[in-house]
Amino acid sequence: MTVFVTNMLLLLFLVFLLVLVIRTRRLFAVVVLAGAYSLVSAAMFVNLDAVDVAFTEAAVGAGISTVLFLATMAYLPGREKVLPSSGRFGNNMSAAIICVIAGALLVAAAVELPAVGDPNAPAHLHVAPRYLEESYSFLHIPNVVTTVLASYRGFDTLGETIVVFTAGLGVLVLLSGYTRTRRTRNETLSRGEGDDA
Amino acid sequence: MDLVATITANWNYLIVILLMMGGLFIVISQNNMVKKLVGLAIFQTSVFLFYITVGKVAGGTAPILMSYGKAAYSNPLPHVLILTAIVVGVATTALGLALVLRIHAAFGSIEDDEVLAMKADAGMPRSKRSRSSDPDGSDPDGGDPA
Amino acid sequence: MRDNPVLRTAAKILFAPIIVFGLYVQFHGDYSPGGGFQAGVIIAAAFILHGLIFGLEAGRRLVPEWLNLAMLAAGVLIYGGVGVAGMALDGLYLDYNVLLPDPSAGQHVGIILVEFGVGLTVTSVMLALFHAFAGFSEDRFADKPEDTAGGGSQ
Repeated sequence: MTVFVTNMLLLLFLVFLLVLVIRTRRLFAVVVLAGAYSLVSAAMFVNLDAVDVAFTEAAVGAGISTVLFLATMAYLPGREKVLPSSGRFGNNMSAAIICVIAGALLVAAAVELPAVGDPNAPAHLHVAPRYLEESYSFLHIPNVVTTVLASYRGFDTLGETIVVFTAGLGVLVLLSGYTRTRRTRNETLSRGEGDDA
Repeated sequence: MDLVATITANWNYLIVILLMMGGLFIVISQNNMVKKLVGLAIFQTSVFLFYITVGKVAGGTAPILMSYGKAAYSNPLPHVLILTAIVVGVATTALGLALVLRIHAAFGSIEDDEVLAMKADAGMPRSKRSRSSDPDGSDPDGGDPA
Repeated sequence: MRDNPVLRTAAKILFAPIIVFGLYVQFHGDYSPGGGFQAGVIIAAAFILHGLIFGLEAGRRLVPEWLNLAMLAAGVLIYGGVGVAGMALDGLYLDYNVLLPDPSAGQHVGIILVEFGVGLTVTSVMLALFHAFAGFSEDRFADKPEDTAGGGSQ
């Protein structure tokens, strides 16, 4: 009963935050609300027994993501430009129709899934029992998420590390002026200092 | 009725699908680019919630083995996949924000319709197919460091 | 923010415990929730805090740009290197069983090394992202062929 109430409260709070994000015009408030959304999702993850995921979502979603958004907001106008209401209505109506259709399709699929928490769902009977058993008997490592991440699904983690590396490279190229040669880069960097002051 | 029974058993999924569609609505309908990125982040987080809900085992606990007590653990596999997805999500957000900063430096605006109108006014095509290879002109020696 | 004594003192006191906590999360990831990604973000948060309070130049003196880029590459290379070591010792790529004579000890070593590589990469990427965003200046990129369209003065 308490689990049901907690789940319901957290999910409804998330819906409330979503409605606020849609209706807010000040971008600083939108960014802070997105950080709050990530933090409440992290609480929901703990409720669903996903403690590693909650840790990462709180650190990355509510931490780094918010820092990057706020660092960007320093250079951008602080309010959203509001269209006249006729243009906005047409925009919103077509978007709402697309979302309702997509949502209806997803709901039609979701009611066919096994019940939430069913221990005999096919998802829990395939490789998960083997990972849990071998982490205990062969690897002697208690955190099964770490063993699956680093050992059983090590290739996925290698790909993910390379994705993070590539994102860092991409941002450095876009924002730090890593153009073709060191000389052109120094020119680009010096252009930002002290001109048109 | 059977449908009512499945809906009460799967109500988690329905609310999470509502959150997903809300995020998608923000991405499609809002013109401001920062708000689009926020909507994308909300969409991604809702998808993670959906996925982790699939992995929950009733009466289980976090998949950290204990030498005493419970023998039922939640499925660790969705957790691993979502860990990867969270990090990929922040990588996408960072690149998106870098692009927004460059768009603002080039056009002076981050509203989608204004930027498209400016590009149309300047006679630029909607895609970059016909750009020359050195748009900046900031390379006097032709790029040879020697 | 450099002149505010409360912020300065708090940043100085917090810097070391945050890094120690990050290292704890990194290496205790086998026994409790944690691992490479979370630890990388936490350690980067310590350096970002320092950069916020004491200024970007002070932050750059602490972690110079060449060191940042070197750590970035080193993390990915450590991960790939563990895989290649597995191949050099007559196994498959990323096979940890062959790293040590005892297979389960080999798995343990492999997992620790791999998570360390991941943590190193994530730390350097988050720090590089922060410095790229905070040190951005629109004037550098403002002149484009279509000069009529603004120049960042909004």
